[in-house]
Amino acid sequence: MSDTSAARLSVLKTYKLFIGGAFPRSESGRVYDVTTPDGRWLANAPLASRKDARDAVVAARKAFPKWSGATAYNRGQILYRIAEMLQGRHDQFRIQLAEAQGVDADRAAAAVDAAIDRWVWYAGWTDKISQVAGATNPVAGPYLNLSSPEPTGVVAVVAPVGSPLLGLVSVLAPVIATGNTAVLVADPAAPLPALTLAEVLATSDLPGGVVNVLTGRPAELGPPLAGHQDVNALDLTGASPDLAVDLEAAAAETLKRIHRPRTAEDFTADPGTGRLTAFLETKTVWHPIGV
Amino acid sequence: MKFEYAPAPESRATAEIAPSYGLFVDGGFREAADGRTFKTVSPSTEEVLSEVAHGGEADVDAAVAAARAAFPGWSALPGAERAKYLFRIARLVQERARELAVLETLDNGKPIRETRDTDLPLVAAHFFYYAGWADKLPHAGLGPNPRPLGVAGQIIPWNFPLLMLAWKVAPALATGNTVVLKPAETTPLTALRFAEICRQAGLPAGVVNVVTGDGTTGAALAAHPGLDKVAFTGSTSVGRAIARSLAGTGRRLTLELGGKAANIVFDDAPLDQAVEGIVNGIFFNQGHVCCAGSRLLVQESVADELLGRLKRRLGTLRLGDPLDKNTDIGAINSPEQLARIRQLADTGDAEGATRWTAPCDLPSTGYWFPPTLFTGVTQAHRIAREEIFGPVLSVLTFRTPDEAVAKANNTPYGLSAGVWTEKGSRILWMAQRLRAGVVWSNTFNRFDPTSPFGGYQESGYGREGGRHGLEPYLDV
Amino acid sequence: MPSPAPALAPADVADVTATDSALRRFLHGLPGVDAVGLEGRAATLATRSIKTTAKAFAIDLAISMIDLTTLEGADTPGKVRSLCAKGVSPDPTDRTVPSVAAICVYSDLAGVAAEAVRGTGVQVASVATAFPAGRAARSVKLADTAEAVAAGATEIDMVIDRGAFLAGRYLEVFDEIRAVREACGDAHLKVILENGELATYDNIRRASWLAMLAGAHFIKTSTGKVAVNATPANTLLMLEAVRDFRDATGRQVGVKPAGGIRTAKDALRYLVLVNETAGDDWLAPAWFRFGASSLLNDLLMQRQKLTTGVYSGPDYVTVD
Repeated sequence: MSDTSAARLSVLKTYKLFIGGAFPRSESGRVYDVTTPDGRWLANAPLASRKDARDAVVAARKAFPKWSGATAYNRGQILYRIAEMLQGRHDQFRIQLAEAQGVDADRAAAAVDAAIDRWVWYAGWTDKISQVAGATNPVAGPYLNLSSPEPTGVVAVVAPVGSPLLGLVSVLAPVIATGNTAVLVADPAAPLPALTLAEVLATSDLPGGVVNVLTGRPAELGPPLAGHQDVNALDLTGASPDLAVDLEAAAAETLKRIHRPRTAEDFTADPGTGRLTAFLETKTVWHPIGV
Repeated sequence: MKFEYAPAPESRATAEIAPSYGLFVDGGFREAADGRTFKTVSPSTEEVLSEVAHGGEADVDAAVAAARAAFPGWSALPGAERAKYLFRIARLVQERARELAVLETLDNGKPIRETRDTDLPLVAAHFFYYAGWADKLPHAGLGPNPRPLGVAGQIIPWNFPLLMLAWKVAPALATGNTVVLKPAETTPLTALRFAEICRQAGLPAGVVNVVTGDGTTGAALAAHPGLDKVAFTGSTSVGRAIARSLAGTGRRLTLELGGKAANIVFDDAPLDQAVEGIVNGIFFNQGHVCCAGSRLLVQESVADELLGRLKRRLGTLRLGDPLDKNTDIGAINSPEQLARIRQLADTGDAEGATRWTAPCDLPSTGYWFPPTLFTGVTQAHRIAREEIFGPVLSVLTFRTPDEAVAKANNTPYGLSAGVWTEKGSRILWMAQRLRAGVVWSNTFNRFDPTSPFGGYQESGYGREGGRHGLEPYLDV
Repeated sequence: MPSPAPALAPADVADVTATDSALRRFLHGLPGVDAVGLEGRAATLATRSIKTTAKAFAIDLAISMIDLTTLEGADTPGKVRSLCAKGVSPDPTDRTVPSVAAICVYSDLAGVAAEAVRGTGVQVASVATAFPAGRAARSVKLADTAEAVAAGATEIDMVIDRGAFLAGRYLEVFDEIRAVREACGDAHLKVILENGELATYDNIRRASWLAMLAGAHFIKTSTGKVAVNATPANTLLMLEAVRDFRDATGRQVGVKPAGGIRTAKDALRYLVLVNETAGDDWLAPAWFRFGASSLLNDLLMQRQKLTTGVYSGPDYVTVD
């Protein structure tokens, strides 16, 4: 924050991680400098450790039964509430994005608008994806056969680089819209919008642990998440090619589901349903039909 | 009075077997580049059935090159034309069903009753189902312009050789991909007979290639850089190795791996049908089924009654000559598999479970294991955690629905589950909580080409069957 | 084979049949039946392949289990006498063919049948109790029964009151079976459930137990006079019931499918059901019967084919 007033010294913010609905410091006690693209210091961000990653997975797993068991309508209401709360903090995010990315206010505002609209888009999907991705299968016998998509579980997300709010929301919202819980590793160069978004999430009726936000080095946080036996899937959108290879290899040990776009994604384009279905399991239930 | 069934063998002459078979590459049969061969034996008699070419890296290269060369033409065909090839294949399979069933039974050891009544009808149905998709892909709900991936490497297991071929080849061809298929080492014959069917159907050369061999052949195929897609059905350990070898390559992968399914019986179950479901769940195909109901979870209040009925029923199972039309339990597929089943069953004894074996005589030649169940099993026993892939049932008990769900889900696998209760709301409650890709309620081991199949967690990823089965072969 | 200790002692039977509500609780406490699973099991057993020696054994066994039946309004003493001759000696050219188990007729012709089969070991079965509808006063049903027995019937095939059963008046059905059993004296009682009118497998299982608790010697699928008669599935279900009833009480009850069983192939499939469900103990005319008329000739033709190696034709078996 700029501090040019001689009359009053502004209050700086201590940024913290978001784990299990609480805002802890990194257990490691480490922080790192967050700057604007031209090098001006903005804040210290927590430099999360493997143990923070572990705590985040525990929190995400604990939140999974209730969140995945909530009605799709309820999840939709909460995602819409997130959009509402984000709208209320529009100015804060606009300023934060402008600083983080060195863009002008109009571009930053457009990104905030788009991020809000993305929550609205996914809020509407929660109670429709089952109808689109599910099926009644006409088996050749006296059975009712239904396929329905179910959340895969705990998803570790390496957030995209260079799109610290819209990109972040675009990868996070589809994960939780369907009932998964998330451990998010923020863009290391621009982590503050992610931590501020955590404040939005914390005040949007989203149960604690559904989203957990870590800031730090993806190369440090990725491996423990990729190897963790209680993580079901990885979204490697923001992982560098070298890191992605390592994480995919580590994930093979527990056969995690992996989503890694083959080409750079345009987050302003129509998101489609690909990110929703990437973290769904199809469960097919058979039952005889008879009297 | 005793009603003994006289032998009723299916005629083995229905399926002529040549003394040797080559690889099927680019529309023709050829020897392996290095001339190697291996023998395939009948598991029920240990008789050598034929000598089969052992594909090596050079052969895999040639097959992938043939598939690559065939891809532009095949993928450019109008969907309706591709469909007609697949319909032709479905019809040819139906026409030659008896021959294929006998051949499968000889090479695999499974009863002719199953190959005739289950495997072959499902194989034909699978081709028929996916044939109809070939010209309707934009309507599959996967996107407006779905495109084939290219060349698919497909590696299949020995438990349902021709059916697993159908599950792999039918959706791949319908979506416009070309394939290199690697059948299991112990069961290559029906895949090679399928290659002949492809020729009868007039399928363009190189669209389907079959490279026989062992695990090294499969590994060479899975890791081949010329592929766009790998599909594997088999053990979790091999699946893991394939996933590792493909890390970072961007090649698409689907895996259908092991399981340790719970078959859960509540005290209000339709008991006689539950007994049939348990038998079908674990003794169908000698228990060589990834989705086998290998853990019986029975409510304590009905455990004794159910086990009494189950044991009595197991006493009526007929084990023996797989070609006999009245045989229920055939041979174990290989000596290696038999050794693994014995070893795991022995850990059941060693860890304190109580073994019960169905009264039946085992033939003196071939590989056999009698229907077996263990009682007094807990979640900590190896026989409750590891996939045995044989006719061995572990029996555990539970007291409440929550406990049943907790025990059923307490495994790294998640392929299938069974629930038996006459209470509808409980079935739905259970089905919602079970972490498994297929939940059979008041039935077990049902399959259909329209029904997606595949697992959660370490049972693999991707679905085979139904509209969902198209997605792994399309760029959408 | 494991056979659990009897779970229903005579005193328990008295308890569960003491009141309508006790009987209802008991019958509704029996395990449910999944229709698709039951029919699937029957269909699987229908694929058993019975060849050569097994076929010869099964054909003779099936012949010996037939209740050779005529239940027509046009029946006459002459018709019944010729049917009796056929039943006693099914193939006049081959004395190794066994006799059938019984001749089954309406009660007014029981005396004719009894005369015709005297001394042969073939039983006389008479339908009674206002067969096939069963819609008559109880006194009429009991008189019908008593007269048939007096005329020489050694087996009585009664029908249950399906109306009372479907209305849930189980104890009324139970009492009526008891009363008929009493009227039977020494004659054996077969209780016809009329499965086609009971409509659900759950009902068939309950009716089976109800009849067995009331003292039936046999439970029988059907009259042959309604749209759905014996099917492999409903017979399989009744075989499970008699098996379970013996486990629970120690008393063995027979099963008689009737109606629609016309070919040797059908009959052999039923014997497979008996063999693999109830077991050896039921593979005898004392415990399993076929209610049939045209079945006998098809069995005879198949028997001739096995003996001679050439296919037989309808002119080589007798028509009565």
